[in-house]
Amino acid sequence: MFKVAIIGSGPAGLSAAARAAALGLSHVLLEKTDHLSDTIYKYQKGKHVMATPSNLVLRSDIDFDAGKRETILGIWDEQIAGHKVNVKYHAEAKAIRGTGDPIPGSVQQIVSRARDGTKNVKEIQRHAPPYAIELTNGETVMAENVILAIGTQGNPNRMRCPGADLPHVQYQLDDPAEYVDEHIVIVGTGDAGIENARGLAEDPAQRNTVSILNRGTEFPTAKAANVSALMADHEAGKLTVRNESETKSIEPGWITLTTRDGEIRIRCDRIIARIGSAPPRAFVEECGIEFTSEDRGAFPKLSPVFESTAPGIFVIGALAGYPLIKHCMNQGHDVIEFINGNTDLKPADEPIIAAKFANLPGNRSTEEWLEFLRANVSILNGMNPLQMREFMLDSEAKFYAPGEVIFERNAPGSSLFGIASGSVAVEVNPADPSITIPIETGSIFGEVGLISGRRRGATIRAAEDTIVVEISRLAALKLQSQVPSAKKAIERISIERQLLQMFGSGLTREDVAPLVEAAQVQEKRAGEIVVTEGADDKDVYIIRRGSMIVEKQIGDRPVFLSYLPAGSYFGEMAVVDGSTRTATVKAAIKSEVIRLPGEGFLELLEKNPRLRERALKDMEGRRATNAFIEGQKDSFSGAVDLYSKTAQFLVDNGIGEATDVLLIDEKLCIGCDNCEKACADSHDGLSRLDREAGKTYAHLHVPTSCRHCEHPHCMADCPPNAIKRGPDGEVFIDETCIGCGNCQRNCPYGVIRMDAKPPKKPSLLQWMLFGKGPGPGEASYSWRKKAAEAEGVQKPKQAIKCDMCSGIDGGPACVRACPTGAAIRVSPDKFLTFTKLTEDAE
Amino acid sequence: MASKAAGKATGGTGRFTQDEQRRDSDHVSFLKHKGFRWLWIALGLCGASIAGYLLIDQQPRPNGGTWYGYTLGTIGFALILWLSLLGVRKRRINPGVWSLKAWTSAHVYLGLSLIVIGTLHTGFQIGWNVHTLAYVLMLLVIFTGIYGVWVYATLPQSLSANRKEMTRKQMLEALTAIDRQLESAAQPLGRAEADLVIEALGQDIFAGGPLARLTGSYPGCATARALKSIGGSSEAATRVTALLEKRSEQLAQIRGQLRIRAMLEIWLFIHIPLTIALIAALTAHVISVFFYW
Repeated sequence: MFKVAIIGSGPAGLSAAARAAALGLSHVLLEKTDHLSDTIYKYQKGKHVMATPSNLVLRSDIDFDAGKRETILGIWDEQIAGHKVNVKYHAEAKAIRGTGDPIPGSVQQIVSRARDGTKNVKEIQRHAPPYAIELTNGETVMAENVILAIGTQGNPNRMRCPGADLPHVQYQLDDPAEYVDEHIVIVGTGDAGIENARGLAEDPAQRNTVSILNRGTEFPTAKAANVSALMADHEAGKLTVRNESETKSIEPGWITLTTRDGEIRIRCDRIIARIGSAPPRAFVEECGIEFTSEDRGAFPKLSPVFESTAPGIFVIGALAGYPLIKHCMNQGHDVIEFINGNTDLKPADEPIIAAKFANLPGNRSTEEWLEFLRANVSILNGMNPLQMREFMLDSEAKFYAPGEVIFERNAPGSSLFGIASGSVAVEVNPADPSITIPIETGSIFGEVGLISGRRRGATIRAAEDTIVVEISRLAALKLQSQVPSAKKAIERISIERQLLQMFGSGLTREDVAPLVEAAQVQEKRAGEIVVTEGADDKDVYIIRRGSMIVEKQIGDRPVFLSYLPAGSYFGEMAVVDGSTRTATVKAAIKSEVIRLPGEGFLELLEKNPRLRERALKDMEGRRATNAFIEGQKDSFSGAVDLYSKTAQFLVDNGIGEATDVLLIDEKLCIGCDNCEKACADSHDGLSRLDREAGKTYAHLHVPTSCRHCEHPHCMADCPPNAIKRGPDGEVFIDETCIGCGNCQRNCPYGVIRMDAKPPKKPSLLQWMLFGKGPGPGEASYSWRKKAAEAEGVQKPKQAIKCDMCSGIDGGPACVRACPTGAAIRVSPDKFLTFTKLTEDAE
Repeated sequence: MASKAAGKATGGTGRFTQDEQRRDSDHVSFLKHKGFRWLWIALGLCGASIAGYLLIDQQPRPNGGTWYGYTLGTIGFALILWLSLLGVRKRRINPGVWSLKAWTSAHVYLGLSLIVIGTLHTGFQIGWNVHTLAYVLMLLVIFTGIYGVWVYATLPQSLSANRKEMTRKQMLEALTAIDRQLESAAQPLGRAEADLVIEALGQDIFAGGPLARLTGSYPGCATARALKSIGGSSEAATRVTALLEKRSEQLAQIRGQLRIRAMLEIWLFIHIPLTIALIAALTAHVISVFFYW
């Protein structure tokens, strides 16, 4: 029986084990592979590992500093051996159960969802420690405390057919050159499977017979480039792609497949299954650990000392929501101290948090400030002290004197503000700043920017001495997934405000209260129809996030009428004049709408004649647009067709979620690539756009270049939170980037590249006069490599992308450097109009 | 500081208004830039020069040596020097708030106005000397420039149409993929036919020199030759023929791309050296004028 068992030997687990060893606690470190720290071990050779955040001190018995993967792993191996840590390799935990008495009233509910949407709830009675950790090899390890530090990598999905447990079925391929003269079957046509298959078939001298099984005929989960390379290999006879095939059974030397034409049995010496991996959540829940919500991004519920809902099981590291190595190592250290009874230990991030409160009036300690914010800002009420600390790392507390501006109308911003003391005034009418609406202590503001991703709708000033907490977008998203009540409160307030804003300043909260009550937030996937032309439903919708397109059937095909950005409303015509729907509205991208029942809306209109007037006026404007385009259809049907198809093309290429996107008019583009050269010369010598790549319709080309999305996909999973929206609305990556490549994978438009900053080039004059250096634009890879070697300092590969030339006078260099006017940068709400799309630039 | 304060008022760095204007899309070509601003300026300049030439009584006769002649000469010389700076501007994007489109627009229209200004400066006195050399060089530079404007205005559409959304790299990769298939498909062919395929595969696709590149005609193309000679109805021969057809289509796209790009660029190889020669001749012209004054 050990005092503590640590599962997982990543940075968190290693640091915990080293601390336990240093304190002389009886411990065991369980690692499922034959080496330490598998995630980092699997990094590509020579990868530069970063040590962010730089202002966080490292508190661990093992060392860590930015450097090469090999160096870091070497140091850890050495120090773990030096500390005499008790490591047990090939020990993969399968289940953890308490062996003590049942804990009264402590029941874990596990909700699993089937594909058809039905829920299945399973209940597990928790038992007191000590815990029995069952390993996949049948052994059991007993421990009083368990530290789960398994990360989020998960385990590869296993094959389930008869024979799947045979030794020649493997789930990973380290070196394709290892295998010769074999019949190999790859299962799974994601990128991993395709890359493995191609690697094994690459060199004919290996004489491998490689087949890859595809369940269907398409390759929905693989990159297009991989698929075309695979098909080329198939056509060249290097390997065989077997479509519509699944494994039926496996036996030594053979595999049986079910295909469209019946069963076939083929020779097979090795099976490599690359069928995805399961997130570790199911395993964690089975241990009795509750998560904060059903959300996919939710983390386990933890106490301030990292203890989960199962007493004696602690969760640290990425699984607890801390993906950065330094955080993980600090937690490994701290959790052992806590288990060892050291309750006075202050977290390592204490100075960072203390600095955030240093400029506030009122001399409180860090704990007091955290409690002050938690108690006063209503959406924070449901948080515990650990969550408050974590929350504060991504947030700021600020003091404003009366009259001071907190943010301005039209400024970009996606953070949420909570008022901890004092109150603020919202300038609802840009023409007359004296008309204001107050927001009181405890409430929030800025939620529209957070939800819609668009610019601030109004200027907000402090009405008295005010302390607010500015919650970054990331912290706000985390908060909503951790505290369901906060999510509801934000939703309610945002619906109410959106309703008030939609109809100007004429309405009060009491007026809209019944509508807010009846309102419903609905999610719409891209292309989903919200309102159908000719239907007689009567609901009114407000676009909460995303955007919509309006289409009308004219003649035999749909014609694009207009583009509606977030914040717009639609569907009111049918309610006001009782007609059927005059046009179809569908989501341009994944969107959220607020559905307001027609009757409630009608009642509101009846009570407020001024509102009715405004609605009628708005309707007139829309009618005019519709009539104009319908009128054009008769006289210039070509132009309308062009407009409609171009608009649809642009929406298909992500313009619908863009805020500022580069387009190239190929009637003007002479292919000089001066845009790319200017881009490289404005940004450390690397171009952030690829002019030629991308789709073209009617001579309008969408190059591979950042669209600065309203809700940037790249921001979704950035461990150091290095991707931000800048003061001019640009989405940029700051210098804390650790080069993990998550953003590159998450970007649907392929606009992020990973590269090392090259050394400085000789000046333009030196190039023009003496031919020194590579000249304007991005230097060739070989020049950069040679120059970097000559310089001697190896620079890490980091993510780079367009920052809209922030900080450069005159704006985006790509546009300024175009000699013919082919390169333009536009926003969808301004560009997706009939005039703009049909104008003749030449 | 004033601009900083203005920036504060819009919440960002002051680029918001500027960005909004830009996003409202300045979608016009360099020729139409700002409602033909530079065309009007150039026309004004020409008109004023002609009016001056006609109205001012130049003694003993209109000539580069009168005060009006000197004025026109100075304007012309300054313009030529400034116009030649486009080459630097194009390669130096920062610092400064400017657009290359505006520069190109001004370059085209002011360059054209030199025909009038230069000619008036000569006073229509042409001879076999360094002065006329400079004048002729200037006209040649302008005429190559006119060709440039013409191709810039007409060729981009065909460049785009020929590209069919493929990048240069993808075109070459597509060719490599076809070649790989051809190589294995040609294995069963007889010696003579296999040699034709090998020759087609081995030939440098860029072979043919600048003339072939400009005209798009490659008489020595081994792929075309192989396609003509390989016949027969055997399975291998049909497959090879189909692949050779694919290859020649891919070659046609690559060569089309090269041809259009060459036509868009060829004039620069005359325009720029002539400009340098022009500046040299101008220098000689100016020095000699002052020397013999």
